[in-house]
Amino acid sequence: MSDTAELDRILAAHAGREGSLLPILHDVQATFGYVSEDSVRAIAGALNLSRAEVHGVVSFYHDFRTAPVDRPVVKLCRAESCQARGVEALAARLPADGPVKVETVYCLGLCSVGPNAMVGDTVHARLDAAKLSALVGELA
Amino acid sequence: MSRTVRISDDALALACGADQVAAAFAAAGCTVERVSSWGMHWLEPLAEIDGDGFGPLTPGDVSAVLAGTSDKGIGPVAEHPFIAGQQRFTFARAGKTRPLSLEDYEAHGGWSGLAKAREIGAEATIGEVMASGLRGRGGAGFPAAIKWTTVAKAVAAPKYIVCNADEGDSGTFADRMVMEGDPFMLIEGMAIAGLAVGAGKGYVYIRSEYPQAIAKMRAAAEAARPFITPFEVEIRVGAGAYVCGEETSLLNSLEGKRGEVRAKPPLPALEGLFGKPTVVNNVLTLAAVPWILAHGGAAYAEVGFGRSKGTMPIQIAGNVKYGGLYEVGFGITLGELVEVIGGGTASGRPVRAVQVGGPLGAYHPPSDFHLPFDYESFAAADGLIGHAGLTVFDDSADMSAQARFAMSFCAAESCGKCTPCRLGSTRGVEVLDRIRARSGRTADAVERLPQIHNAKKAVRTLADDVALLEDLCETMKFGSLCALGGFTPYPVLSALRHFPEDFGVVEPEAEAAE
Repeated sequence: MSDTAELDRILAAHAGREGSLLPILHDVQATFGYVSEDSVRAIAGALNLSRAEVHGVVSFYHDFRTAPVDRPVVKLCRAESCQARGVEALAARLPADGPVKVETVYCLGLCSVGPNAMVGDTVHARLDAAKLSALVGELA
Repeated sequence: MSRTVRISDDALALACGADQVAAAFAAAGCTVERVSSWGMHWLEPLAEIDGDGFGPLTPGDVSAVLAGTSDKGIGPVAEHPFIAGQQRFTFARAGKTRPLSLEDYEAHGGWSGLAKAREIGAEATIGEVMASGLRGRGGAGFPAAIKWTTVAKAVAAPKYIVCNADEGDSGTFADRMVMEGDPFMLIEGMAIAGLAVGAGKGYVYIRSEYPQAIAKMRAAAEAARPFITPFEVEIRVGAGAYVCGEETSLLNSLEGKRGEVRAKPPLPALEGLFGKPTVVNNVLTLAAVPWILAHGGAAYAEVGFGRSKGTMPIQIAGNVKYGGLYEVGFGITLGELVEVIGGGTASGRPVRAVQVGGPLGAYHPPSDFHLPFDYESFAAADGLIGHAGLTVFDDSADMSAQARFAMSFCAAESCGKCTPCRLGSTRGVEVLDRIRARSGRTADAVERLPQIHNAKKAVRTLADDVALLEDLCETMKFGSLCALGGFTPYPVLSALRHFPEDFGVVEPEAEAAE
């Protein structure tokens, strides 16, 4: 299916739903990996919004990307509970620009067994330097 | 006959390797039941066989457990001191039921609250919630029944029930455990709220960092459809904005807008989602409702302390030996929670500070351990209980770094609508950087201009910067639209007040010297 047809399918699936912009953006990002300028244009047209309004929403939320990511992503929790369990020392050892992109997330809700990380929808707890480098190594 | 092994399938157990342990039991010929978590997180993955617990397990432990030679046995799970000391109302089914089994839910008292509400009608339902004294569990502690009454009396249609499941506070996981462990209870609570106020539709707004909770709530909402009709529940997913845990920001997000905070009034109870009367309640508030209806508001109110009635699912987290979920009546002291139940720090070092109530909660030193856990006592000690998460730090914590983190977190997550929060947080990071470097500051090029009459021309000292930080916190506290900017001063000022040595303030103030 072409990108345009795929986008039309997503927009049709949400037609008539109350407050459908976030669900649409989630689906677009899940399908294409990011929210492109073309997608913003099409979504704005379908919801009778201006492109600026859609762009404003896309740029507000940390989850939405406006460009594809070229590397696998590890989301490392660096909130207080993981700080108390030593995540900063782990984070300091990770290369800033390695083959895996390490993003910061604030809290995965596993605060009694940190430091924690998430890859896709899979969560990992009780990380130490060895476990974290194994996790990063598997993805690279 | 094959033995039945019960292992949790909540996100925390999965993160600790529960799937691999479950697979090893299945390979050994056992029947594996995936249940909710008991909440004893240091023991996960925990396996329960005929009532006896074993944990924390790895696949390599399985043969010893089945042979009866494992040294990881904890005896009967339900009699473990961590469980036996609790008063579990909301988490009564935790560890006992399969989360998505309607059969298990009904067998353990499910839907009896909704049946009662249908029997006694809307007004009496609100009456029961009023009698229970239930207060909003999201942090503000506003009486639930008063909010419901406002919505019930509002003349407009349609009305909505919105469940705030944007549990972004570090150190909290009770909402996640409800959604992953007992999703039908939350849906039942929403259906009761809908009946009480005359709303036909409910939304659950779940943060995107909880994929397992989202999947389970979606499945549960579908399966519960025949039980709650004509009420409907829809699951919506957030997009990584912490501020969307604030109710008006959450409503904007649900409407498909930027998650910017709205000024109040109008109250969401009168003009909420799509401008219609809306009950916005936290997961734990709504999850307490089925118990209250089934057992009566008076029974709930018998437990508690002062004006804080009932139980609170307290979350013990951070650098703590026995972390997990501890539901108990209000009034237990902070010290008992941390030192006795939590067993002190996981690192074995002395406790230096406990942050209570998430990133916007105060840091409490051990000298506050006498405080009883209730809304008013913590407010009187310049703190808050928030969503009842405790994050324990050992003596290696640098409290000025934690204060700086609070400001930088606020800067990263501010919605940008009000100036004290949007700009104040960034200025706060800068001031704290100077304080941490003990650098002071000379007047910059603009400040030296003759036209800038009111700028300080002399060198700013450390003491000036500390005074500036306090002044800034005052502005944020009273000038911000919502709790993000308004409560960020709590961790900052509490760290400064209780741990002045970390800020280079050598002469402790009188109150900090105690």
